[in-house]
Parts: sequence; C-alpha cells; structure tokens
Amino acid sequence: MASILSVRNLTKTYQSGNRLLTVLHDVSFDLRRGETCAVVGPSGSGKTTLLGLCAGLDRATSGSVDLSGERLGAMSEDALARLRNREVGFIFQTFQLIPTLTALENVMVPAELRGQKGPRERASELLDQVGLGERMSHYPAQLSGGEQQRVSIARAFVNRPAMLFADEPTGNLDTDTGATIEELVFEINETAGTALLLVTHNHELAQRTGRIIRLRGGNIVSDTLTRA
Amino acid sequence: MPNPWIFRMAWRDSRGSRRQLALFLSSMIVGVAALVAISSFGSNLRKVVDDESKTLLGADLVFESGRPFGETMEAAIDSIGGAQSRLISFPSMAWFPAGEQSRLMTVRAVEGKFPFYGDIETTPASAADGWLADGGALVDAAVMRLFNVQPGDSVRIGRYFYPVAGRIDRMPSENQMMSFFSPRVYIPAARLDSTLLSRGSQADYELAFRFDDGRDVEALVENIGLFLREEEVRYDTVEEVRESWDEGLTNLYRFLNVVAFVAVLLGGIGVAGAIHVYVRRRLATIAVLRCLGAGTRQTFSVYAVQTIAMGLASSVTGAMLGIGVQMLVPVALSDFLPVDVPFMVSWGSLGAGMTLGVGVTAAFALFPLVSIRRISPLLTLRSTVEIGQTSLKDPLWWIVFGVVATGITTFSVANAPSPGIGLGYVVALTAVFGTLLVTAKGIIWAARRFFPSRWSYIWRQGLANLFRPDNQTNTLILSLGLGAFIIGTLFGIQRTLLAQLEVSEARQLPNIVLFDIQPDEIDPVTRIVQGKELPVLDSVPIVSMRLASVNGRTVSAMRADSTATWAHRREYRVTYRDYLTESEKVVEGVFIGEADPNDPVAPVSLDQDIARDLDVGIGDSLTFNVQGQLIPTRVASLREVEWRRMGTNFFVVFPAGVLENIPRFYVLLSRTENGEQAAGLQRAVLGGYPSVSVIDLSLVLSTFDTIFSRISFVVRFMASFSILTGVIVLIGAVVVSRVQRRRESVLLKTLGASQSEVLRIMTVEYLFLGFFAALTGLALSFASVWAFSAFVFDTSFRPDVVATLVLLGAVPFLTVAIGLVNSRGIYRRSPLDVLRTDM
Repeated sequence: MASILSVRNLTKTYQSGNRLLTVLHDVSFDLRRGETCAVVGPSGSGKTTLLGLCAGLDRATSGSVDLSGERLGAMSEDALARLRNREVGFIFQTFQLIPTLTALENVMVPAELRGQKGPRERASELLDQVGLGERMSHYPAQLSGGEQQRVSIARAFVNRPAMLFADEPTGNLDTDTGATIEELVFEINETAGTALLLVTHNHELAQRTGRIIRLRGGNIVSDTLTRA
Repeated sequence: MPNPWIFRMAWRDSRGSRRQLALFLSSMIVGVAALVAISSFGSNLRKVVDDESKTLLGADLVFESGRPFGETMEAAIDSIGGAQSRLISFPSMAWFPAGEQSRLMTVRAVEGKFPFYGDIETTPASAADGWLADGGALVDAAVMRLFNVQPGDSVRIGRYFYPVAGRIDRMPSENQMMSFFSPRVYIPAARLDSTLLSRGSQADYELAFRFDDGRDVEALVENIGLFLREEEVRYDTVEEVRESWDEGLTNLYRFLNVVAFVAVLLGGIGVAGAIHVYVRRRLATIAVLRCLGAGTRQTFSVYAVQTIAMGLASSVTGAMLGIGVQMLVPVALSDFLPVDVPFMVSWGSLGAGMTLGVGVTAAFALFPLVSIRRISPLLTLRSTVEIGQTSLKDPLWWIVFGVVATGITTFSVANAPSPGIGLGYVVALTAVFGTLLVTAKGIIWAARRFFPSRWSYIWRQGLANLFRPDNQTNTLILSLGLGAFIIGTLFGIQRTLLAQLEVSEARQLPNIVLFDIQPDEIDPVTRIVQGKELPVLDSVPIVSMRLASVNGRTVSAMRADSTATWAHRREYRVTYRDYLTESEKVVEGVFIGEADPNDPVAPVSLDQDIARDLDVGIGDSLTFNVQGQLIPTRVASLREVEWRRMGTNFFVVFPAGVLENIPRFYVLLSRTENGEQAAGLQRAVLGGYPSVSVIDLSLVLSTFDTIFSRISFVVRFMASFSILTGVIVLIGAVVVSRVQRRRESVLLKTLGASQSEVLRIMTVEYLFLGFFAALTGLALSFASVWAFSAFVFDTSFRPDVVATLVLLGAVPFLTVAIGLVNSRGIYRRSPLDVLRTDM
C-alpha cells in the first residue's frame, strides 16, 4: 500500500542562547494509508516536534516530509494550510476549540474553509456520532473537558482527512473520560480508514495502534509493530 | 470577491468581545465628531459668507481716507452717484453722566442710511430705526452692561450730550471682537461736536455707496484706482471683503480642523494599542484557524473585517455626534464671526469625516494586524512559540507606516495656510509623538534594567506591570502625555502673555495715559494731574506726518509702481526730544538731541525695524510732509526699541528745535493706585477738557484678559476633544489591561493577597504611568511655550509653575482614579470562575 506520510532524514535544530539544540536527529519512517502509529518517548524526546513537522506546522532544518505525495518543505505557508485542510485532521491535548464558536460552528470550520456544500449537515451528523447531538449550540466554556474533546474529534473528521494527527488526546482527561475518548477516536478512525499518528505517554493507548515508534533524545530507538 | 466565510467567521469570532471592541474603537468617536463638526460648520460658514457678502461691507463700495475728501475727490464722488452715506470714525472719550463713568470708544458719526445691507440689531429693537432721526446714540452692548447704562440715559462726546437710543446687538460689517478692542458708539454726524475733528488727526472718513443700477463695481474701482491712490483714498468692495473674510475664516477653520485631526490621530493610537492586545488574546484562535487550513490572508481578513466594521460603527456614531457638536461651534466662535451661521448639515463633511474615521481606524489597526500573518499554527502544540516581535523587519509594516505618514502629511499640508506650515505641523506632531514614544520605551527599559528588587512587594509588582507582556505603557504614555502637553501649552502661553502686561503693575510703570492734549491744554492738564497728587511720569509732544520721499524718490512715485510698502504709506506719529528713554538704545549711528539751527536737514533717529522696512540706513534722507509742509531729514541713528515696555515709544524721533512750531498734541503718562483714583482723574480732566482722551491701562489689561479668555475658550473647546479622546483611550487601555490583569489578580487572591494589596499594585502601576506621562507632556509643553514666546510673541519665557504642578498632580490622580474605577469588581470574581473561563 502507498505511503500517506514519508519522513526522510528529518532533523530539527533550535538556537538556544549561543548554542544549537538538535531536537530531532536524522529521523526516517513511512506510514501507509489507514495505518495507525504511536510515537512514544520521555518528555523532551522530540515527539511533539516530530508531529508538528509531519503536519506541516513547522519547517525542518534538513530532511524531508512528504504528505499525501506532496513535499512539505517546498510549499508556501498558504499551500501548507490548504493541504492540512484537505488531508489532515487534528486532535489536541488541550482541545483547541475556538471559544467564541458553538460546538457546531467549531466542527464546521474546516468544511467551510474548504468551501464544501452542506457543512452544517455533515457537522451535525458527526456531532451526533460523538454523542453531542443535543449540545450543538453550546460554547466550549459550557462543555466539560470530555465533551470538548469529542467536539474536537468531530472537527478532525469533518473533511474526511486521509491523515489524523493526535497530540496526547486523553492527556487532559480523567481515566474514565479518557477511555471513552480513546474508544471514539479508534472507532471513527477505523470506520473512516484514516491513517493515525498519535503522540502519547500512555502505553495502553499506544498499544491500541498497529505500530509504536520510540524516540529518545531526538533519535528513533525502536520502531515495532504491535499485536493490535 | 471576498470569501463569505471571512464575514461569518468575523461575526462569530467577535462574540463576547463586541462591547470591548466597540470601546477600543470608540476612541475614534470624539475625533470624528470634532472633524465633522468643524468641517460641516466651516462649509456652512463659507456659504453664508458668500451669500451675505454685501452685509459684511454694509454697502457696494466704501471709500476711506485719513483726512476729509478734497474738492477733486468730492467732484468724483458726485459723478459716481448712487445712494451715499458718510461715516467719520475716531477715538474719543465717551462720558456717561448717570454713573459718572467714562471710556475711550470709537465714535462713528453717521450721515445717510448706512448700512445699506443687513440690519442693525438693537435693544430695544425700535432704536435701530429711529436713532438717527432722533439724534440719539447707539452704544456698544458690553459698555452699556458694564456701566449699567439704560436707554434714555445720556452720553457725552466732546461737548455734546446724546440720548442713548439703545444698545448695539449686531452691526453689519462689524464683529464682536472689534468691540473688545475698541467699543463703538454711533451718533448722527449732523450733531457731531466738530471741535473733536478740527484738532484731531486720527479721524477716518468713509463714504459708502449703494448702487441699484447693477453697476460693475470692480470695473469702476479699476478705472479710478490710480486717481484714488493719488488722493490717498482706500477702497473696499464686496468682492474684496468677501475674499478677505473667506481667507481668514478658511485659515481659522483649517487650524481647528488640524486640532480635530490631532484627536483623530490620538484615537488612532488608541485603536492600534487596543487591537494589538485584542490580537494577542486571539493568538490561540488564529493558530487553530491556521492549523485547520485557513490561509494567512483569510485569518488576517477575519480581524480586518472586525476592525473596519467597528471603525465604521464608531465613525458613524462620531459623525452623528459631530452634527450635534456643530451646534456648539458657533457658540464658541461667535465673537470672531461677522455673520450668524445657521445650522445646516453638510453631507460632504459628514461623508468625509466618516471616511477619514474608517481610514484612520483601518490604517492604525493595520500596525498590529499585520503581525497576524506571522502567527504560526505551531502555537496549537506549543504555547512558547515567538510571534509578533519582529514587526520592524516586516516590509508590510513599513508599507503601512509609509501610508499613514503620507496620509498625515497630506492632511496637514492640505489644511495649513502654506505647505511650509503644514510640514511644520507634521514636524511638531512627530516631535511630540516621538518624544512621548521614546519616553515610554525608556520607561519600559529603565524599569526592567534598574528594577528595584529591594522595594516592597506591592511596589515591585506595580512597577513590573510597566514592562510585562501586553503592558499598556506605550498607549497610555502617548495619550496621557499628549493631553498634558496640550493643556500645559495652553496655560503656559496664557501665563506668558499675561505676565508681560503684569510687569507694568509690578514695576511702578505708568498705567494711565492722557492723550490728544492740545499745546494750550498741556499745562492745565498737568496741573490737574499734580493736583490729584499723581505723578507725571512722562509728557511728550506728538506730531502726525507722512513720508513724502525716501532718498529723493517720492512716495507717490513708489505707490504708482507698487514699490511702496506699508512703512511708506503709513501715518507717522513722531516726537521730538533731546534724550533717550529707558526703553530704547542706539544700535547704529549717533543720537543727536538738538538740531543745528543752520542745518536745514534734521538728524532723526529711526527704530531699526522700520528702517529695515523702509530699506534705509545711516545717512539716508527722508522727507516728511507735515500738514503740507515738507521737512527734510537724514537718518542719524538707529534705535532698538523695547515696544512692550509701557510708555511712549516712537518709530521716528526728531531732535529738539525742528517741530516746536508745528501743530501737535501731547501725551501724558501717570500712575494711579486704584480704580477710584483713575475714575477721579478721568472726571476731572473730562470736565474741563472733553477732547482729551484718558486710557486706564488696567482696563486695557482686563480687556486683554477678556479677549484672551475668549480665544482660550475656543482653544480649550478644541483641546477638549483631544483630552476627551485621551480619557477614552485611557479607559480602553485600562479595560484591556483589566482583562490581562484579571487572571493575575485572581491568582494573587488565591495565593492569599488581600483586596487592598491587589488594588495597591494597580494604583502603583497607574501612578507611575500618569506621573511619567504628565512629566513628559509638561516638559514638551515648556519647550512649545518657549518656542511660542521666542518666535511668535517675541517675549521672554514665563512658565506657569502653579498650573504645571497642579497638572503634575492631577494627571496621575485622574489616571489612578479611572484605573481603579474600571478595575472594580476584579477582586470580587471567584477564582474558580476566572481560572475556568480563561483556560
């Protein structure tokens, strides 16, 4: 099966005071369409940096990222934004809902940006699917953490992305809610056939993916398939 | 075509912040209101001046001469025809027997039906019709009020008494300001005491025409222009008066426009400051939008649309308010206006004001908005990504800066009397804004660099608020500093000007002037003064003369080829003496006090400025015409004269021994200690010598005070727009920082800080801001008052220390007060509520 994400010799360095700090060092891997993968590692190992680079939110110092067949490094900011809108869904640890928009409006944003017809119907359908059919007109501040993350999941799938990036999706939730959200993510992801790159500290969560990449000090120390 | 999503998103994103956004942008309201009011009023005024230009002159054509019209002139007047009316104007003492009070006034003796155009408005109204036929007098309204003169009382001018028919409320061709300088009394020429004219040389003879045959007046005066010049007759036509008023009023209105524009600019700075914070608070939303696929242009547009919509709303509100304010403008300016300006809405001004309001809002908002383009979607993953600190490296920021700078310069130049002055405005504005901004940056730097780590917690927190992220230091120092600068300058100029006049009080200088004393009256008048035990500080003869030729070239020849200046044409009042006074010193040549009886050419001394105007130096010859007699002179010395000094100063001083036998009058200077003494002297002198004029300089001082207070009222009226804008910007900035500080205050509360500690921290912050803003603004106002003193008023700089100290206390006080009033309630919020909302 063709790669949806192809990472080659990816290196990211930051200027920290007078010295250069290498956060990712020569990282390479591929992710196939529909494949699920967890990136694990201790704090500061470069997980989030890798996620940002793969999603086109940041620029690599060297190496390349190809997403849906497009070389990210060569693209302008606006072209990257269009690619994200078309191909990518996001789930964040801190939900990242827009506080001035209702749940429904938050979910509609990617579809509206894409200029799709009937974004309201599609968004309502997804909110129903995540169990928030009754709370569509609520603002984020009126929702619990778990409910906010469900809105965020609905938003991630509204444009039927080929690739889903999730950054500690259960990190801000209690165990029970976290488990519910976990179920929801994998269920919708499986139904939609979306590839998933998940950054987490949570080993149980990582074990639910088909593959685990371990990072330490910016290097891949292991890349293994799980039984999932 | 704009993406409809941008409008939808702009609308949704503004939820919960609309009131705040409206407040941020309301700093434009006052400025736009001022602009619309002034501009709409100005356009109405020009229309009225155009429509009523005949009223401004009161006639179709007016001839004017410093002496009675000669025979040839009378023949010419006869041939011109039309309806004619004559006026003789001269200064004289008017005595009101009812209260035994007197006042130097301008007497206007009327013969015929002047004014031909416009109505004289009097109280009682009937007085306007009957006064001339009844032989009565119309008296200046302010004088009647001051002396409590009622219609039916009498007024004596010269030897004759006139019943007061009524007070003048409005006279075509005159404005209220004239009556402050020299109040008018109108009497019938038929009953004029001719002795007032026979010996005086200050009368002005006017002849007003009305033509009902549709005559081309401009062509007429062009035909007889040369003849009129030869006869030394000046003329005024409706067209000339209209142009001159038009020019004067346009300059006034343009000046006011520039003042209003300062309020708009200040509002613009408020907008920039507020939008900067607004954008910073939207960082997360912008990053999410970017992450979800919104392009840089789209995210930028979402906020640009919000800004422009609010800018439009505040401009419309401002424009509507401006229409209301327009009704107040005539109240502020009535003393300076020749005509009543009716209230009309000028749609052009309304549109221009709104466009400018939206334009300035958009332009100033662009400074912070351009940074939206640089907000990284990575912020969704990491909150520590650097943004917005590199504005100066952004070419778009510089383009915005260029557009704003060009806009301001264009507006200033378009509204200044000359491009040079327009650029001067820009330079001054840049200097003031620049200094305030540098001060703000300096405070931020110094507070951080020299942070007093040993101060108490409250003071350290308050001081640290000056340089913490999202601080309001720049915006507040600018707005408060500008307010302090404007008020400080106003007080400073007032103080400087008044100080000049008060010098005479303090230094035992003359404060009462008796003039028009004939040679046979000087001894008895001197005895009256001495009899009242008052000092005779000076007593000088004065002879009126005109220049006949300069270095052999006649003034009429110079008039003919238009090389004659005002200095050539004017009437000179000269004296003769053999000494120099305290207020003058010789800067070139030798002062000769006594003429050589064998030398037919008299050695005279000239004021250096008039010598420059006449383009003459030591040794040059001047011939004066004294009532037909030619007196040759040569310039023997040039003097620097301190004109401001109370006393008698002269452009030309003759030596003793030349003018003694020529008709002259005397001026006597004395000093009284109080108003009662002054009134007693006036009564005694006028009783015996009615043609002698007595000027009480303390009255002049109070007149000046009145005039200045009117002018300063107008300036304050205009300055109030800037100050009000400053207050709104201040409130806006405080509200912005309240949002910033809320979380912090609640955290402090959670950690155990008391309400008073939280409030004291804020007080310290606003105290610092208010104090430094006032200090900088006032320092700038000192510089500006100094510049006005040195270059405009030519006087020594006298800072208003009391007003400065009061302002230095008042501005920080006001800042703290507004700050605390707007911060109320912060402490009362439940920590959980705030922390949850702000997550």
